[in-house]
Amino acid sequence: MNSSNWEHFSHQADVGIRGTGASMDQAFEMAAYALTAVVTDPKNVTPETILHIHCNESDRELLFLDWINAIIYEMDTRKMIFSDFKVQTHNGELYADIKGERINSKKHDPAVDIKGATLTELKVTNENSQWTAQCVVDV
Amino acid sequence: MELSLFEEIGPSMWQINPIKKMKVPAVIYASRELIQGMDNKVYEQLCNVATLPGIVRKAYAMPDAHWGYGFPIGGVAAFDPDQGGIVSAGGVGFDISCGVRLLHTGMKRDQLSPAKETLAELLYEKIPSGVGSQSHLRLNPQEMDEMLLSGARWAIKKGFGSEADLEYIEERGFVEGAKPEAISEKAKERQKPEMGTLGSGNHYLEVQEVTEIFHHQAAETLGLQLGDIVVSIHCGSRGLGHQIGTEYLRAMLDAAKKYNITLPDRELACAPIQSEIGDAYLGAMRGAINCAMANRQIITQFTRNTFGEIFPHSNLRLVYDVSHNTCKSEWHKIDGENKRLFVHRKGATRAFGPGHAELPEKYKKIGQPVFIGGSMGVGSYVLVGTEKSESLSFSSACHGAGRALSRTQAMKTWSGPDVIRKLKEKGVIVRSGSYRGVAEEAPDAYKDLHSVVNSAEQTGLALKVAHLCPHICIKG
Repeated sequence: MNSSNWEHFSHQADVGIRGTGASMDQAFEMAAYALTAVVTDPKNVTPETILHIHCNESDRELLFLDWINAIIYEMDTRKMIFSDFKVQTHNGELYADIKGERINSKKHDPAVDIKGATLTELKVTNENSQWTAQCVVDV
Repeated sequence: MELSLFEEIGPSMWQINPIKKMKVPAVIYASRELIQGMDNKVYEQLCNVATLPGIVRKAYAMPDAHWGYGFPIGGVAAFDPDQGGIVSAGGVGFDISCGVRLLHTGMKRDQLSPAKETLAELLYEKIPSGVGSQSHLRLNPQEMDEMLLSGARWAIKKGFGSEADLEYIEERGFVEGAKPEAISEKAKERQKPEMGTLGSGNHYLEVQEVTEIFHHQAAETLGLQLGDIVVSIHCGSRGLGHQIGTEYLRAMLDAAKKYNITLPDRELACAPIQSEIGDAYLGAMRGAINCAMANRQIITQFTRNTFGEIFPHSNLRLVYDVSHNTCKSEWHKIDGENKRLFVHRKGATRAFGPGHAELPEKYKKIGQPVFIGGSMGVGSYVLVGTEKSESLSFSSACHGAGRALSRTQAMKTWSGPDVIRKLKEKGVIVRSGSYRGVAEEAPDAYKDLHSVVNSAEQTGLALKVAHLCPHICIKG
């Protein structure tokens, strides 16, 4: 992976999401992009509606878990999909703007609902100034 | 996995004797080939489950076991509340009470054939399925709480089905002890538009034909004959269960610390059964079980209405409804003494043997019906529980085939239109809102269902009754 990127990693029944970046915030943003890619190609999602997310958790791995679960909740209750993420974290507080649109079968060909983020392979690391944030999501 | 990790204790029975902090042995029921095809994580996760407080007898994995979250999928473990036993949100999973329900249409193949395409279209139109799907139902807060308390009974009261259906649902359609107040407003909000929806992923509604009968007495009792047309419905508690799983998994991380429970892996987050949070989770989870049974009951009525439009004289009889992601309070004999245990079945089906008090009168002589769902290509199996499964696995059996390829690999390997075309050549009509979803659920992405079912029978977990082959698949 490049310094700022996302990917899926293998899990037998479900899907691992991973984001990397020069900062933890960027890794969180890229992982959210990977989350969308579980459902559809994020490039096909128009960032037309903005939502605000706030999480509070001192453990950075659990903060990541809360962040992903907050997006899943918005996806499910608003029937939306997101492609633009701006994250700011400080002292265990996360504030984010996420942009997307209502899910549309014809446009997005959505593969699967995401049930929740799991603690499986949950990691937030900083190695050689490259941050990685990842977990497996249940689909 | 390497067979050398296990002691072979019988045909398709492999034991891990206690090592490190394991309190009890662990056993996997599977053929050599299935064991060799399993991820090492199954071994690791099963050993971890065997370290949990209050675990009774052994930790078990079914023939379809695969890598899960803390517990392996296909895992069974029972805990004694009087011995500090725990309840684990991860041991139940996110899709609480996901299960399979079988309906008998009273029709034969030759009656279905002329209307197959029309029926496929109408079912796809009438049964909400796929990502973001919603039904026309909206429950107000009072109705939501009533539904959480009384499950399929609530649905029937609202006109979805008849009282006669209740006899053929586990626990007669609802579990006692649900606590709507232990379920967050977020979970209820998530469920609001999702009553009567199939969901996505491996969930489905299939119109199938009985193509093989293995156990004639049981088939006769269940009313299944060669050539009969049946409907299988596979879905769960939808957003409500997902949110309960999410919130309590998180809360149990703190609870495990509070109660000094040493976790070999934090995915095993749990709480004592006899604790405030353990009790709250059980109350919430029971609400989700009731939600799943209500959901399948509503979809049953949608299905009946749809059949009625094409076949005015059809009468879809409920054969049985079983769940496979649950924690249930049950009585089991341990060292000659009846004990109330909390049995976690994560991707495993309850499979009581003949004579069990929980069974409908009509099925008491054959044991509990068990439905094993496969991929779009191979259909399903009907099995029945055995007396032996009580001592083997707290009366549990497998639930499906399990994936052989990840979704990512499947998407790269197959295309949705190709999968649909190839299945059509075999006589299976697939209707889905997503080509990508179909590719990810391609038949070859799953393990060999026949091997899984044969292992279940060989070990005595359950007996094969019938094989059901698909004609129409409405894919979530």
